[in-house]
Amino acid sequence: MRFMPTFVSSVGFAGIVLARSLLYFPYVLLSSRARADLFRQLYATGIRTLPVVTIVSIFMGMILSLQVGLELARFNQEIYLGAAVMLTLLREMGAFCCGICLAACVGSAIAAELGTMKVNDEIDALKIMGIPPERFLAAPRILALVMMAPIVAFYCCIMGAIGGGIVGATQLNVDFQQFMSGALWMAEGKDLFVGIGKSSVFGLLIGVISVCEGLGTRLGAVGVGKSTQRAVIVSFLAILISGYIISRIFY
Amino acid sequence: MSEKIIEFDSVTKSFGGKKVLDELSFSVSRGEIFVILGPSGTGKSVTLKHAIGLVEPDSGEVRRAPVRFDYLFQSGALLAWKNVWENVALPLEETMRLDEKEIEKRVSAALEAVGLSDAAEKYPAEISGGMQKRAGLARAIVREAEVVLYDEPTSGLDPVTAANIARLIRDLNRKRGVTSVVVTHDVVMASKIASRIMLVSGGKAVACLTPEEFMQSTEPEVRAFIEASRGENI
Repeated sequence: MRFMPTFVSSVGFAGIVLARSLLYFPYVLLSSRARADLFRQLYATGIRTLPVVTIVSIFMGMILSLQVGLELARFNQEIYLGAAVMLTLLREMGAFCCGICLAACVGSAIAAELGTMKVNDEIDALKIMGIPPERFLAAPRILALVMMAPIVAFYCCIMGAIGGGIVGATQLNVDFQQFMSGALWMAEGKDLFVGIGKSSVFGLLIGVISVCEGLGTRLGAVGVGKSTQRAVIVSFLAILISGYIISRIFY
Repeated sequence: MSEKIIEFDSVTKSFGGKKVLDELSFSVSRGEIFVILGPSGTGKSVTLKHAIGLVEPDSGEVRRAPVRFDYLFQSGALLAWKNVWENVALPLEETMRLDEKEIEKRVSAALEAVGLSDAAEKYPAEISGGMQKRAGLARAIVREAEVVLYDEPTSGLDPVTAANIARLIRDLNRKRGVTSVVVTHDVVMASKIASRIMLVSGGKAVACLTPEEFMQSTEPEVRAFIEASRGENI
């Protein structure tokens, strides 16, 4: 139980950072200077992660399609392949894939950037200048993740479906058009909205965790490495745990 | 009696069981240039961080007058994704309601004062450590604060630039009445610009004297520091 005080203080710190950042969300949206920074963060979160997200989601769709297709083929039910893959993508894997990619690409970068700023006294310099780090650094990054995660998750679903369709057409004798028809037939609004909502929660968690790890960095370059590592690990755990809880609530 | 801007009252601070400040007491009056001298690792920078409120004492009290403070970090602490101009303009843009012309005027003046007008468009990674420190100094003075704390403002600078920085600190004090607290190892600079010099050793104030008294002091630790700085004991 030695880790309990650290865990409690970390959660408390995260709560304070989240509350202060939420207070600055309107400022980030309304101030032209802060909005420019928000656009930079949106670009870093969305556009710059696209290559990784594309590859990961296409291959995830291909793996899903192959495994599910092989089982369906045993019962001559390949016509349901598109529906099964799409349902899995919309409900779980799209948001999950998006969360993992954002944690690895964006969360780690945030933790490393803020951690380096912390050990170089830049965070203290901001405080002395009267610029709250939560307003200047945390809020634009967290807001960008919350805003961009649903778009990335939706993109993951589309890319995953394309990957699944390619495997269906080339290896399981399921026509691509038939795969897509099945996918669209089974997809429901609820699945889409729960998946999208879930990805926003993942974005929020990744943002808060990464910012907190960055701002809590100590002990120079070694500390920056540790903070970056912890940001990714804790984000992965948070994605898995919160993903299950949200699924349990809605299904 | 002049107004006290900063007062340390028996301040003690430890890090990891090691006492860095040990019942340190002193005060800085309005309009002074107060120089803190001492060997490395004796708590000079920690004293400065207490003075601005970045670190809280374990015991004792630090009292600050309700005036605007600014601070020059050892490294300059510039934001890597902003160029020199944007770094210097940052406190004006983010915390003061000034029009673009006024910001431009103040930033130009601050950069000129530290000799960095030609490097305004450069990013921190593109300039030397000394230039980063000067850019940090420009940012520290651009808000025209009443009190500026300098953490080793001349270390790592060539003698000419160091002399210019020392002159700038003195001019800010004479022309604008800026109260300054300067942490340094540079005895010569301290003797030229200081109103008072405090020597810190082992977290305690060994001496707190005027420059003339300091240079003529017979206190063994003061003498050892002065003689070492002149290279007499090599």
